[in-house]
Amino acid sequence: MIKINAIGDVCPIPVIKVKNAMKELNNKGIIEITVDNEIAVQNLSKMANQKNFQIISEKINDKEYKVTINLSKEDVKCELIQDNNINNSVVVISSDKMGDGDEKLGKTLLKSFIFSLTKCDVLPSTIIFYNSGAFLTSTNSESLEDLKTLENLGVEITTCGTCINYYNLPEKPEVGSVSNMYFIAEKLLNSSNVIKP
Amino acid sequence: MGDIMNKKMFCSGGCSAKLGAGLLSSMLNKIPQSYDKNLIVGFKGSDDAAVYKLTDELALVHTLDFFPPMVEDPYIFGQIAATNALSDIYAMGGDVKTALNIVCFPENEDFNILGEILSGGNSKIIEAGGVLAGGHSIADDSIKYGLSVTGTINPNKILKNNTPKVGDVLILTKPLGIGIITTSAKVNEASTNSIDLAIKSMTTLNKYASEILRKYKVSACTDVTGFGLLGHLNEMLSSTSATLYVDNIPYIKEAFKCAEEFLITAGGQKNRNFVGDKVCFNNVPFPMEEILFDPQTSGGLLFAVDKTQVPQIKNELNSLSLPFGIIGEITENKKFKIEVNNGGKYYD
Repeated sequence: MIKINAIGDVCPIPVIKVKNAMKELNNKGIIEITVDNEIAVQNLSKMANQKNFQIISEKINDKEYKVTINLSKEDVKCELIQDNNINNSVVVISSDKMGDGDEKLGKTLLKSFIFSLTKCDVLPSTIIFYNSGAFLTSTNSESLEDLKTLENLGVEITTCGTCINYYNLPEKPEVGSVSNMYFIAEKLLNSSNVIKP
Repeated sequence: MGDIMNKKMFCSGGCSAKLGAGLLSSMLNKIPQSYDKNLIVGFKGSDDAAVYKLTDELALVHTLDFFPPMVEDPYIFGQIAATNALSDIYAMGGDVKTALNIVCFPENEDFNILGEILSGGNSKIIEAGGVLAGGHSIADDSIKYGLSVTGTINPNKILKNNTPKVGDVLILTKPLGIGIITTSAKVNEASTNSIDLAIKSMTTLNKYASEILRKYKVSACTDVTGFGLLGHLNEMLSSTSATLYVDNIPYIKEAFKCAEEFLITAGGQKNRNFVGDKVCFNNVPFPMEEILFDPQTSGGLLFAVDKTQVPQIKNELNSLSLPFGIIGEITENKKFKIEVNNGGKYYD
């Protein structure tokens, strides 16, 4: 447990002090911090919520708030992912067809590719859908069942928001999340293995 | 020199130092207002500057703004504070005529610092085509500087901030993230590139954008400062709503990384507390939310313009030195005043 006095500190100093304490505790244990304004409590809460840490705050008086952050929470999701043999490869679906040539064949191939993924021993961490690939996560897609299966196995499914708007598809895809270009660029850059069928 | 510029104003410099909008409006509502038919824009509509009509073709525009330093270099601080104060005249569609210095300075400090601040400010008054006409100074324990500015405008061509037309597109003329970057700079977490871009943005007069947009069918215009993009947009939407697209919004890229590391200001959280419940975020990542609430110092103009004029105005705005964005559009009044969608949308 680390106790921090951040009375008189303005944002973002209380948050920075807690972040340093987290490092010191190796993300295990309890941090207790005292601040002198409610806005600082709210900024600490935002961080704790984003990082999935438990946070309790208590108002001692108008100039003193005690905030307790509990870091000792096992990350269950992390273990699950390891069980399912997910590696850090990223699959990019940039079209509603696989390969050049006949349209009908291309669509059948892509459907079959996504089905095959559900049967693979090692799964990608993320599947990104952009341009006409966005149709695959939308209402009339024939791959929705397979994609939901992959999502349940821990694969992140995400569709480019710009593409959804451009093709006038329903705002929320049937499976997975909506992402922006910043997110897509980061994913592609951070993966050592990008697969484009 | 850096020490006194930083003293006691760690993250509250620039427009982050603004009083919260909630506190302010409840207090202002209690002050009785006198009436003068020639005061055509007063503080009732929370507009950027006051406009007083002299003749059918001529009106005075009045505004003032001052704040503590948010950068170490006193000359640059002077430039930023002046650019910010002059901006309100441009947000109304007016032209700058005269400016008066507003100064708070510690008596026992090196007066060369004050000289640098005032020179920086004067350089921007001259660039604006105005003239420095005087000022007032007070001994205080921390530095504050700004201007009281008078401009002129044709009373029939005032760009009010709360009259956007449904269907108009929204354009923002400077990148967001200024508050996050200047705060991160104080704890050595911002790169020189980002700091330079933030300073370039804060010292760029809104004059150039204003001169372009006057030529178009603009239904509403304001400048984005302490209340952040969402705070100022909310002020704009009296009887309408707006939809924004994250990929269309210009911002300093590193601000996203800094917000991800929770290098965020108290001002941003105050803005979230004030307008947060009027905003619906659809799959918007947390750091982007923070950028949208981030208090801006000397931010860009935000205006609503006729959709059919997008190709021409885009062309002209491309000649400006800073990135701009067609960030979304004005819609009929909805449950949420502002809807922010992940992804982008093409306007052409």
